Amino acid sequence: MKTRFIAPLIFLVVLIGFFVKGLDPNRDLNRLPSPFLDKPAPQLDLPMLKDLNERVTSADYEGELVLMNVWATWCVGCRQEHSYLLELERQNIVPIYGLNWRDRREDALNWLAQLDDPYIASGYDADGRVGIDWGVYGAPETFLIGGDGTVLHKHLGPLDAFLWERDFMPIIRVEKGVEQ
Amino acid sequence: MIPEIGHFALILALSLAICQGVLPLIGAHKNDPAMLAVARPAALGQFVFIGIAFACLTTSFIQSDFSVLYVANHSQLALPIPYKISAVWGAHEGSLLLWVFLLSGWTVLVSRFSSDLPELFGARVIGVLGLLSCGFLLFTLLTSNPFERLIPAAADGADLNPLLQDPGLAIHPPLLYIGYVGFSVAFAFAIAAMITGDLDQKWARWTRPWTTWAWLFLTLGIALGSWWAYYELGWGGWWFWDPVENASFMPWLAGTALIHSLAVTEKRGLFKSWTLLLAITAFSLSLLGTFLVRSGILVSVHAFAVDPERGMFILAFLAIVIGGALILYAWRAPSMDSAAGFHAFSRETFLLLNNVLLVIATALILGGTLSPLIVEMIDGSKISVGSPYFEIAFAIPMLPLVYLIGLGMHTAWRSQKAGALFKQLKIPAIFALLAGIVVPVFFYGRFGVLLVVGTVAGFWIMAVSMLQPIRSLRRASGASAITRGALGMSVAHFGVGMFVIGVTIVSAFSIEADRSLRIGDTESVAGYDFQLRGLRNVDGPNFRALEGEVDIYKNGEFVAQLRPQKRTYIVQQNPMTEAGIDAGWNRDLFVALGDPLGNDAWSVRMQYKPMIRFIWLGAFVMALGGLVAASDRRYRLTAEAKDVSPAISGEPA
Repeated sequence: MKTRFIAPLIFLVVLIGFFVKGLDPNRDLNRLPSPFLDKPAPQLDLPMLKDLNERVTSADYEGELVLMNVWATWCVGCRQEHSYLLELERQNIVPIYGLNWRDRREDALNWLAQLDDPYIASGYDADGRVGIDWGVYGAPETFLIGGDGTVLHKHLGPLDAFLWERDFMPIIRVEKGVEQ
Repeated sequence: MIPEIGHFALILALSLAICQGVLPLIGAHKNDPAMLAVARPAALGQFVFIGIAFACLTTSFIQSDFSVLYVANHSQLALPIPYKISAVWGAHEGSLLLWVFLLSGWTVLVSRFSSDLPELFGARVIGVLGLLSCGFLLFTLLTSNPFERLIPAAADGADLNPLLQDPGLAIHPPLLYIGYVGFSVAFAFAIAAMITGDLDQKWARWTRPWTTWAWLFLTLGIALGSWWAYYELGWGGWWFWDPVENASFMPWLAGTALIHSLAVTEKRGLFKSWTLLLAITAFSLSLLGTFLVRSGILVSVHAFAVDPERGMFILAFLAIVIGGALILYAWRAPSMDSAAGFHAFSRETFLLLNNVLLVIATALILGGTLSPLIVEMIDGSKISVGSPYFEIAFAIPMLPLVYLIGLGMHTAWRSQKAGALFKQLKIPAIFALLAGIVVPVFFYGRFGVLLVVGTVAGFWIMAVSMLQPIRSLRRASGASAITRGALGMSVAHFGVGMFVIGVTIVSAFSIEADRSLRIGDTESVAGYDFQLRGLRNVDGPNFRALEGEVDIYKNGEFVAQLRPQKRTYIVQQNPMTEAGIDAGWNRDLFVALGDPLGNDAWSVRMQYKPMIRFIWLGAFVMALGGLVAASDRRYRLTAEAKDVSPAISGEPA
């Protein structure tokens, strides 16, 4: 038997192996295996999207409770959540920082010009290297970072009012209570 | 009572499927006429009983019988009747029923139009289809019974997903499934050939029309899905490289390769084992698509309700079907390869290149679709692969392919003299080069290398596709006219050219603007003035909507009035965007309402989409080409064909 006739079969066996593992009922697609949860958030030091001569760094939000939102113009979910981010900005509960991830700068600037800019500032992560440090595996992603720099919550996927009330607000209330 | 009849009919269908799957195969092995005779009646009976089950479920939907769990979950009293019917296949259980219904339909067609197949071979084909049907019926009955009761019954249903309440999406799944399931016929032909151990050019001639039919329905289904995404998802994209879209696109690519490889096997008796492998692959990828969509193993916006038990069942089924086929392949295919050679510059070479490039594209898309899962399984990290990857991965094999189409179509079998070929292609080549540069520069005012590579490719394929039909029209009296097969090929390739033009122009020259508009404001986009005239509330049968009235003027002249809506479906409370589109052959004007921005201002998305219709029109023309080719005289395998002596002369493909 020539190997080239067996190759498809071997390929299938390997694939099925992955599928069996992938069907493990303990695997939860929506659970976030963020290695940073309740641990210090990684350092941030990126050029600022709107002005590459400036930088956005962790020091900018030190001591503050902030949101870090990972976004890109090619991502449908980001477009979906954008109006809600603007809404959050208007409510002025927490400052929102952006991490523009694997994007073209002119697209990102157009997007902000056209759809409005909810961010205090966005870091520009063109090659996604900082995204790797942060364990980003898809946009949009939103991190809630406490004043001491720990990741309090991480959400994958578009944000909306329901999720915000359910997952973010309880933590924010506690945090703000602690501060007061 | 009706749901129980449906349930019972489905069980009877399973019993018949077992007979159909087991007896003819044993009969063919032992050459037992009594067992062989079971094949056709069993197939017909199965079709009738699944038809009854399908009718019962449809009736439950029309009567809004909310004591049926599936109906209660996917319908509602106020849902318009057409959507009550399309809701039958709107979710997992019902779509599976549609799947087995179509499979039994294809089987009946095969048994009806296969009377000139050798009896043993025909029985094996029907037997293999019966085994496939067993698997799907078991899956339906054991894990996904659509007739399960809900006691006490619900007062009203939970409504059909609003995304699916749309004419385009009502008929998209049936077309897609006809295509998916249709590849099971080529698969069954391949298995039967491997069991027999005999694969000749006649085999390819039998298999070709079935493959072409399945392919053309899949083409229509995918195009319709893309069109739906364009106007319903509300932001003007037409393909998202979502895992579920990829799941439908991969069998299409493999099926396209199969069609071309079958041409070589029919004409020259070559590529036999390769054709078998493609026939297995095309259907395997359909099954894989079903698995990916229904098991919840990947994250997708389209995924059905997730259930690991179902996932395990399909995976086991998939392993048996594909694994069995590939074991048979490893065992039988080596003895089937032919040694006949061909010249390096011949149609065979071009079709080989076609196959290689299509298979590379399929593999790159498969890799991109599965890599998040594979990476997660290996090191636990999660990655996402999005359109930036897929666009590049797809363009790399496809760009050479679209240029090669023009050469391959006009190259002779066995061996071609280069000089003669270039002589006949000189004029289309010059035309394509001129048109490909002139159109973007003069009509759209821009030049770019990639852009021109795309437009030249599009015009090139369209021009060369016209050569054969034109030659046929201008032929001397007595000369033979173009065959349906060759005409179908020309038409389908012309469609590819239209598609390429559409994709190139729309991606280079689309203009979109998101603006905040108050009533009375005017915004200019691509030379068109969009004026928001008013906003009003309108009520649909099961939704409330805010409707905008947008007048469009060009140089002061009225062009169109669009009424984009933002709907809220009452039961499920999710907002839906209904875009307003003014469609023209060479451009769409697209308006979608966004969110209120305060102070009476609304965000409004306006788009100018040049040539976007060519994308779907091109796909439609491709399917039309398939239809023409499948109607070729030499594929007529009907009962009548037995009376006429089959005229199989050396017609060109």
